[in-house]
Amino acid sequence: MATIELQQVEKRFGDFQAVKPMNLTIHDGEFVVLLGPSGCGKTTTLRMISGLESVTTGDIYLDGRQVTWLHPSDRDIAFVFQFFALYPHMTAGQNIAFPLQAEGASRDQVRQRVDEVVRLLRIDHLLEMRPNKLSGGDKQRVALARALVRRPAAFLMDEPLGALDAEFRESMRAEIKKLHLDQHATTVYVTHDQVEAMAMGDRIVIMSNAEIQQVGTPAEVYYDPTNLFVARFVGSPGMNLVSGRLAGDRVRLPAGNALPLPADQAGALADGLGRDADVVVGFRPESAAINEDGALQGTVYASEHHGAYTMLHVSLNEHDLVHIRSSRLGRYAIDAPVRFDLEPAMIRFFDPQSEKAVQGNAHP
Amino acid sequence: MSNIALERITKRFGDVTALDNVSFAVDDGEFFVLLGPTGAGKTTTLRIIAGLEAQDAGTVSFDGQSLANVTPADRDVAFVFQQYSLYPTMTVYDNLAFPLRSPLRRLNESEIQARVHEAAEKLLITHLMDRKTANLSGGEMQRVSIGRAIVRHPRVFLMDEPLSNLDAKLRESLRVELQHLQKSAHSTTLFVTHDQIEALTMADRIGVLDEGRLVQVGTPDDIYDRPANTFVARLVGTPRINLLAAEPANGAIQIRDSQLKLPIPDRPLPPAFQVGVRPEDIAISPGGAFAGDVVLTEPLGVETIVHIGAGGATLLSLVPGMVPVHPGDAVRFDVAPDRLHLFDPSGSRL
Amino acid sequence: MATFEETGPRTPVTISSRVDKVSPRARLTSNVRALLVLAAALIGLIPVLVMGATAFKSRSDVVSVPPKVVFSPTMEGFVFLLTERSQLTPSALAAQQANPEDLSLFDRIALQNGQRINGPSDFVMRLRNSLIIAGGSTIASVVLGLLAAYAFSRFKVPGKDDLLFFILSTRMLPAVVVAVPLFLMFRQLGLHDTHLGMIILYTVFNLSLTVWLLKGFIDEIPKEYEEAALVDGYTRFQAFYKIVLPQAATGIAATTVFSLIFAWNEYALALMLTSQKARTAPPAIATMLGRGGIEWSAIAAGTLAFLIPVVIVTFALRRHLLRGVTFGAIRQ
Repeated sequence: MATIELQQVEKRFGDFQAVKPMNLTIHDGEFVVLLGPSGCGKTTTLRMISGLESVTTGDIYLDGRQVTWLHPSDRDIAFVFQFFALYPHMTAGQNIAFPLQAEGASRDQVRQRVDEVVRLLRIDHLLEMRPNKLSGGDKQRVALARALVRRPAAFLMDEPLGALDAEFRESMRAEIKKLHLDQHATTVYVTHDQVEAMAMGDRIVIMSNAEIQQVGTPAEVYYDPTNLFVARFVGSPGMNLVSGRLAGDRVRLPAGNALPLPADQAGALADGLGRDADVVVGFRPESAAINEDGALQGTVYASEHHGAYTMLHVSLNEHDLVHIRSSRLGRYAIDAPVRFDLEPAMIRFFDPQSEKAVQGNAHP
Repeated sequence: MSNIALERITKRFGDVTALDNVSFAVDDGEFFVLLGPTGAGKTTTLRIIAGLEAQDAGTVSFDGQSLANVTPADRDVAFVFQQYSLYPTMTVYDNLAFPLRSPLRRLNESEIQARVHEAAEKLLITHLMDRKTANLSGGEMQRVSIGRAIVRHPRVFLMDEPLSNLDAKLRESLRVELQHLQKSAHSTTLFVTHDQIEALTMADRIGVLDEGRLVQVGTPDDIYDRPANTFVARLVGTPRINLLAAEPANGAIQIRDSQLKLPIPDRPLPPAFQVGVRPEDIAISPGGAFAGDVVLTEPLGVETIVHIGAGGATLLSLVPGMVPVHPGDAVRFDVAPDRLHLFDPSGSRL
Repeated sequence: MATFEETGPRTPVTISSRVDKVSPRARLTSNVRALLVLAAALIGLIPVLVMGATAFKSRSDVVSVPPKVVFSPTMEGFVFLLTERSQLTPSALAAQQANPEDLSLFDRIALQNGQRINGPSDFVMRLRNSLIIAGGSTIASVVLGLLAAYAFSRFKVPGKDDLLFFILSTRMLPAVVVAVPLFLMFRQLGLHDTHLGMIILYTVFNLSLTVWLLKGFIDEIPKEYEEAALVDGYTRFQAFYKIVLPQAATGIAATTVFSLIFAWNEYALALMLTSQKARTAPPAIATMLGRGGIEWSAIAAGTLAFLIPVVIVTFALRRHLLRGVTFGAIRQ
């Protein structure tokens, strides 16, 4: 197994900068997720690691070995594609055996290794079938088996669940993670789905506009986003972000609302941003609670019943909408006034100019 | 606005029965969602109501009047498609004005302009008026599509998975806007989706379709809390409901092929059945009545999915927040006894 | 109404899937490859360049050995091509040369060869015939093809696949094979040597191509567009006219060019089925051989003049054409 190191790796397509120079180290046995919206450079990064895409500048090391200019087949990595890329004219079994045959493994070796991965993924009943007879989930299982069979130094996966129905996606997500717990193979996994990233990653690399926004564990990116982009992107819905202005021991918010601050935090914010500075207040939907005597108020814009909980959308004024997660029994009429409170330890502050998180945020 | 009634609609394509004796009614001003997996017959239902497809048997009526022999143009419905319904060669304004310029309506340009602007303001797309629709983002396109539907003041709105092609964040925000718009205008809306979250969050009532048959009609609460069968139970809720084969044994529910026993409800039970437990009804607590091992954790931020191996079965539990348990940990948990769902072996609710 | 920020940039990113582009050496290889392609293209162009040069050469330059690369250009070929001339007596020649300012450019060139221009040659009429016949048949075959293609693409036509195959099969026979029966038929129907006859003939020949091409293009236009228009209160024909037609523009342009090129260049049937009134340019150019020696420069000039209309149309539609031809291969 292997560590992967990217040093100042950059990719340009003509004038278009697809990936700005970036540094990233992926440790041995780690499951790292590259997360970002479409066009953020995450897939290009993965393809550069695999060698399917050339590097414009910078270096890539696999276990300390410089692989920047190596052909994909010489890098000892396996790639799992979104659309499976199974060879349609071969059976599932032949597909799985193919990489070993390409390496010139003996017939016994091939049989033994294929048996091993087939047992691991429980797909023995599929071996004689052609890919077009398989369901999406089974196709991806066969593709995973084909990647595993070579025992590569690292796995690269490009949205492997993206083409699956919601029905299979949830269970395949758990399967891939179980497989990783079992094998501890270094894995780089690309997705645009923050739920997948949170559920699967040991660490998450969040990308946007061709550069890294934050690298951290699921808890770090969820509770302490480094900037507004991450705050908005992670979570469903994302973090509530409301523009306000510092005013002594409180933050003035839209529509006459004011958020009281503990004295030390008010001081820290004033030191960081300046007195009377503009500030963005961020809080997760579950960190707000409907409360008749709440300090903040708004009107119900829409109320969504999710079965297990209710998501209440409250408008402060015509521009600011906040989402509040409440119990499954909560029922609210549209345009009804509501009051709510925020859990002080879970409030985050951002600088509206730089869009970065302000130092002095409390930590849970 | 009108109400919609479907009576005993059947539609076959060759040997395939797409709709089998489907009857339901959408009340005036109601937001009704047809929910089902791909191929369940949702879109066919919508197309039959719009007149784009002819049923083999049954009647569709608006306000009690049958629509037999009424052309799509004369039905006065607005149809929002999943994609591809904006004309790429026209500007946004011309797209919005297109339904109003129909020879059926005989509106003059100043009336058209007023109605287009009214709709555009509601949807915040006034700044896009002169753009060609090919240059719009997915969200902007779907706003214009909705605009083209509301500009007409039609009798009913028919929406065919209008949010499916958008990314997750955009889908969330348009979902809320659409709901707000519908609730403010009290427009009769029939909305088709395969996404259970869209159905639960937007609908006044949901109709669940399975292979051309309507298996349950009810409020989101009915569908979620009292699913008519295992198909519906598995269709709604994420992560999916835990469904386990079971039998009664010594005053408890014995989960088959395991040592797990659940409390028995106070009513007669058949010798074999299935028991369903929603993941949020399994709570991890130090004093829990059951013991198990953590197989896998999936932290989602607001909550964590914990896969628990207990007595040979695997249960999914949904726990608030980021819980500090790891694969291999021993845990104790409780199952909410009043939230068990029981189904007979064929899948119908007991 | 409140809104949410849309996430992320929506700029499309082209991702090359080339695996061979691994080292800087690959760039050198690709430059060499480009040079080779350029050289091959130049070699292929040589006959065309020679023809272009010949059109502007004088009689003596045309036949000089080795061929002249540098020569003084003359319009002689064009004068011979486009005019009927007669030889002047020496006295008439002298009278003409006395006041050259009264003469046009063409007259002066004819004069240098001791000739006088009596009027336009038959070739001008041939070119006009070509324009009428090729233009007419192209319009007819595209319009009819479009209607047929739309029907095949959108409606349940009984025996659709067999019909489509039948339509294509008319393209399988070489035109010359049916020339004799056509000749007899045309004579019976009074269509021999008529514009209408040739337009009908080329239209029928082109229809198989236009139906197939246009059906492909219309299949690519999602039917939801028309259904939206139907629900919005339009008839099927209005939907076709207002929605399908503008979107099929690229396909129509590509099909037009292909039809036009066929009808414009067709030689064998024109030779058999026309004699005077409706004779088109291709057989006319060929029969210019052998009227008192081979007029190479006139033939080259004729070929050049013949090329121009097609080049103009193709050039005017080139942007549509490129998109049209790659349609389907690349998802837009």
